[in-house]
Amino acid sequence: MEHELKKINLLLIEDNEGDIFLIKEVLDESTMIEHISIATDGEKAIDYLVNEKNTLPNLIVLDINLPKITGHEVLKTIKANERCKQIPVIILSTSSNERDIRESYQNFASGYLVKPTEAVSFFRTIELIESYWTQFVRFPNGI
Amino acid sequence: MSYKVLLIEDNEGDILLTKETFEIRNVVSEVLIARDGDEAITLLENLMRTQPANLPDLVLLDINLPRRNGHEVLQFVKKSIQLRHIPVIILTTSNSDRDVNMAYRNFANSYVLKPISMEDFIQSIQLIEDFWLGTVQLLKSDYSPA
Repeated sequence: MEHELKKINLLLIEDNEGDIFLIKEVLDESTMIEHISIATDGEKAIDYLVNEKNTLPNLIVLDINLPKITGHEVLKTIKANERCKQIPVIILSTSSNERDIRESYQNFASGYLVKPTEAVSFFRTIELIESYWTQFVRFPNGI
Repeated sequence: MSYKVLLIEDNEGDILLTKETFEIRNVVSEVLIARDGDEAITLLENLMRTQPANLPDLVLLDINLPRRNGHEVLQFVKKSIQLRHIPVIILTTSNSDRDVNMAYRNFANSYVLKPISMEDFIQSIQLIEDFWLGTVQLLKSDYSPA
């Protein structure tokens, strides 16, 4: 590898405890992820991101069906906010509804992934997110 | 599933290597090439107007291009309601913070630093293939925006 890769901070916006557990199980193994922050609803996520005391994450993984504010609203808020619009947001949702996918891309989601229901596929999807985003990808703000 | 990729790149060596890497697997059925920014925008405009079903599923975009540069092409795609859903992956040797930040602020889907060694280059293209064409949900372009 020609350039030095720095470790990334990830924000996971997810309300399902089982999914949080599985995602962390895979990502905690990664040598390229420094820290994973968790927000269990949309309101907490936005409060965290707009608070200037908090370090911005390099990558956001966002569920669509969330309590209080939906993932669509969270995405729109992030992409309209000058402080955090540059952060890539990956949607990870159980919904394979075309309307959800279309709305996400129209609101500038980086990518839309459907959560596989079966555990092995679920792990593989998370592993692929990790290997794609931590090997050759550059992030805003010097990472 | 077989996909169509638009590669916007002026370096002939990189064009050849990218095409050959896609040929290893049968995921990508067609690689359209545009060698400068103007050519890319003209090609996309023509497809939108005459055959939207043939728009690419994925765009790989270099930054340093003759005529209009990659940032201008990116803005063109992301400002268009008809094109916006197509993931644009920046694939460039530019490691400057300015290019990276500008690309993400203009809603590049991802920014990949072009590796210099051939082995890493092939691996990066295959990871792009695995992630964007094997896992991510893409949308077909043959619809009329509501």
